[in-house]
Amino acid sequence: MATLTVTPVVAEILLAVGAMALLLVGVYGGKRTLSTVWTGSVALVVLAGAAVLWSSDQAPGVQEAFGGMLLLDGFAVFTKVLIAVGSAGVLVMSRGYLVKRDLDRFEYPVLAVLSTLGMFIMVSATDMLTVYVGLELQSLALYVLAAFARDRARSTEAGLKYFVLGALSSGMLLYGISLVYGFAGSTAFTDIAAIAAGDGAAGNIGLIVGLVFVLAGLAFKISAVPFHMWTPDVYEGAPTSVTAFFSAAPKVASMALFVRIAMGAFDDMIDQWQQVAIFLAVASMVVGTGLALVQTNIKRLLAYSSITHVGYVLAALAAGGEAGREAVIYYMAIYITMTAGAFAVVLCMRQDEKYSEDIADLAGLVKTRPALAVAMGILMISLLGFPPFLGFWAKYTAFLAVVDAGLVWLAVIGMIASVVGGYYYLRVVKLMFFDEPAASFEPQRDRGVKGVILTTAVANSPLSLLLFGPLNTAAANASRAFGL
Amino acid sequence: MSLTAIVFYVLSSVTVLSAVMVIAARNPVHSVLFLILAFFNSAGLFVLLGAELLAMLLVIVYVGAVAVLFLFVVMMLDINFVRLREGFLRYFPIGVLIGAVLAAELVFVVGTWVLTPEMAGNLRQPTPEDVTNTRALGQLIYTDYVFVFQTAGMILLTAMIGAIVLTLRKRPGVKRQNIAQQLARSPETAIEIKKVKTGEGI
Amino acid sequence: MVESFKNWMMATLALSEPQAEILLKTSGMVLLVTLVMTAVAFAVYADRKIWASMQLRRGPNVVGPFGLLQSFADALKLFIKENIIPAGANKGVFLLAPFLSFTVALMSWAVVPWDEGWVFADINVGVLYIFAVSSLGVYGIIMSGWASNSRYAFLGGLRSAAQMVSYEVSIGFVLVTVIVFTGSFNLSDIVMNQAGGFWRWHVWPLLPMAVIFFISALAETNRPPFDLPEAEAELVAGYQTEYSSMTFALFWLGEYANILLMCAMISVLFFGGWMAPVPALDMIPGPVWMFLKICLFFFCFAWVKASVPRYRYDQLMRLGWKVFLPLSLLGVFVYSGVALLTGTAG
Repeated sequence: MATLTVTPVVAEILLAVGAMALLLVGVYGGKRTLSTVWTGSVALVVLAGAAVLWSSDQAPGVQEAFGGMLLLDGFAVFTKVLIAVGSAGVLVMSRGYLVKRDLDRFEYPVLAVLSTLGMFIMVSATDMLTVYVGLELQSLALYVLAAFARDRARSTEAGLKYFVLGALSSGMLLYGISLVYGFAGSTAFTDIAAIAAGDGAAGNIGLIVGLVFVLAGLAFKISAVPFHMWTPDVYEGAPTSVTAFFSAAPKVASMALFVRIAMGAFDDMIDQWQQVAIFLAVASMVVGTGLALVQTNIKRLLAYSSITHVGYVLAALAAGGEAGREAVIYYMAIYITMTAGAFAVVLCMRQDEKYSEDIADLAGLVKTRPALAVAMGILMISLLGFPPFLGFWAKYTAFLAVVDAGLVWLAVIGMIASVVGGYYYLRVVKLMFFDEPAASFEPQRDRGVKGVILTTAVANSPLSLLLFGPLNTAAANASRAFGL
Repeated sequence: MSLTAIVFYVLSSVTVLSAVMVIAARNPVHSVLFLILAFFNSAGLFVLLGAELLAMLLVIVYVGAVAVLFLFVVMMLDINFVRLREGFLRYFPIGVLIGAVLAAELVFVVGTWVLTPEMAGNLRQPTPEDVTNTRALGQLIYTDYVFVFQTAGMILLTAMIGAIVLTLRKRPGVKRQNIAQQLARSPETAIEIKKVKTGEGI
Repeated sequence: MVESFKNWMMATLALSEPQAEILLKTSGMVLLVTLVMTAVAFAVYADRKIWASMQLRRGPNVVGPFGLLQSFADALKLFIKENIIPAGANKGVFLLAPFLSFTVALMSWAVVPWDEGWVFADINVGVLYIFAVSSLGVYGIIMSGWASNSRYAFLGGLRSAAQMVSYEVSIGFVLVTVIVFTGSFNLSDIVMNQAGGFWRWHVWPLLPMAVIFFISALAETNRPPFDLPEAEAELVAGYQTEYSSMTFALFWLGEYANILLMCAMISVLFFGGWMAPVPALDMIPGPVWMFLKICLFFFCFAWVKASVPRYRYDQLMRLGWKVFLPLSLLGVFVYSGVALLTGTAG
């Protein structure tokens, strides 16, 4: 019988209890306690991140909880802190937007916290059952958030689309899990890994089909091509603050889960999942870049940009091994700073009492709002991956891992995609700096949004040379401390 | 043929037939009713397996609650079947293709399924011999799988919040009975005593 | 006793063991159904009599002595009438519905214990079985409402389905407290746990739960004050509007069989089932006590019907979801907490 170890899951317990407490405060306090719930949710997420660090200090190495249903290793600590930072950052900049769109309700932060809880569970999961419940918790909260502007047809459409396709992907995931369970006799990663390492695993068709289905289900969540169809519509339809939330923390969590399943449970079947990862990577890079070229809506553009970036991350993953893992989490860490910043800028695009999403409205921004234009310029160039901006280091590490793994052609495709993708990032920069002003945005008074833009712009600027070293070390350590 | 075998064949054939009818029936209400029949017969199959708790839970949860709400929705929505079937022929080939691929996969996969010795060792819990399956299930859920169980609770909470967020509206101008408010009223606030003089009125 | 009867059958009728087993089960089934049906006939009579006397009327008094045979006369009348199926009705479902509600009402009786060992099917999960079968009862009503192709019937069916589903939730939680208290799902075990006199009955420690169960049972069986599905003022006769003759009779039989079952459940769960109130009265056989208790609770049902006005629909829903559900949840919490702390959990 398993003993109850609580230390490794303090953060999860904190989030769960905290979310319920905030819910009660919100339900009984009504409008009066709205600010409390918002502050509380941000504090809670930050506190959960701190709790993860505290837990990891309590015992050396990999800590197991609940009889091997979850574990806390260096990898989980790194990604959890990343998720906490991403969630908290997006929450900080969300409220002003929601107030202006008349959507400021206490359920929003509560759902965001619950979703964060799901992400925490996902990255710690070492059992297929835990994987599934974590993933469902995270997605369910996100479905609701996507449809949060329930009186807007586009928002409900986004929610519905996300929900239906999410349910489909969950179905594929479950189908895969049941096949894996049938052929491994267990849902625990350790047992599956033992079977995968055994003789004949490569010829075990059931296991391989199961693995492919599991990965396909996850590919939906990270929106890798060909499972990306929902991304642009959902990004466009959902309220912008929700889209910002989607693009940051959940991507990290799903990617980490992808790593956990591929490199944890199926580490010895790398030949099998590598093909899948390479296919997804190439498709995402090519399709994402190609379709981004024709977008006129900034949210759709960022959606295709996120698909492309997922492609780069998957290429790093396909490299496999410790280096691949390191590149993945390093890339994700940098990616969330870029995307959160870009969405914070989108949140500033308000004119005539309405939020604009048209890229053309950014024209001549440097003349009306120079600081904003510079920040957006830095973020765009960083997304493009131009040295010495932060985004460059992400791509550099990823392609290095890919080349080291002997997949030179994959790196070449990635670089070509980057160069082609440069066009649409630079188009935004050109619009902002060299065109005549098209619109004048209202000045942003929300300190949260301003803070996020400032932080991310500074982090992504060439000053990132200072950030590069410590982040890289942390990612490398986390990758080394990958447990099963 | 033993009694158990006869019962098994009856139950399973009815299950399969009603499952086919679920998708073949033209009337959506009939589909749901056949679905219920399928649930019910599967519960019977569980009883045959000796899993009486699962059987009862299947009936209580699926037949007693889920399917009732399903029936509600189907009965109240006026589903237009002609329009639903419009795209049927167009998508039929691709549907058949996907179905065939999945079926082939399944056959392929199940065909290669073998119970290797390691797999048997992987069974987390040996099937207990001397306890009822209610107790055995309870002991598992509240020990080894307590984390998953609790997280499932969180998922349901999230679903509940979501349902309320997306549907609850405070409509103005609707008279509602607020019982607490009614009970909290005192004679002082509710009634006013006036002395009425004869022949004068108020 | 059952065992000796089986031996006697095997000896005198020259049957093999399985044959005797099947014969025994079949005759038991027939006996049970006959008994329940007779009981239902008299229950309808009793219901009308009690109702009448509370309103200072005389009630049925023409057919047989004191009108005792009134129900049989009514039944005969219904049997020989023509069964009318509305033109727009969905024929199959329309005819299936009354049979379903009738059969389901009888199914639950299989697990009701009448004395130690006197139970038709002594299954481990008896409580859950009753709960499962009673949740099937809603289908008869909702199907009849839909198949009648009439607005009154449809509204009645929907109302009743919503009502039954709502109150089943609190009934379920009440059952959980009883199960926690006894540590068994078996109805006979639950009764045995209350052996030794009326002070050992569950009703004392579980009094709030028993009250919730009684009221929910009224709602579950669509009895006044919760008879909204057939609220005659607004819905003519609810889901029964379009039914006539046999099909109508089947609904009535099923309804009363369900009411009697609920009475039996109250006595089994809270009032010691077949146990005598004081051990000194143990020489009177268990089934007699069981019968008396069922009669007592049936009287309570009739009493409520005669004296309480009907609820409005929103009040009914409020009571189910906002009062009983939290209360019964709290009950589960408190009673399992107590059981855990005192180490008496089953």
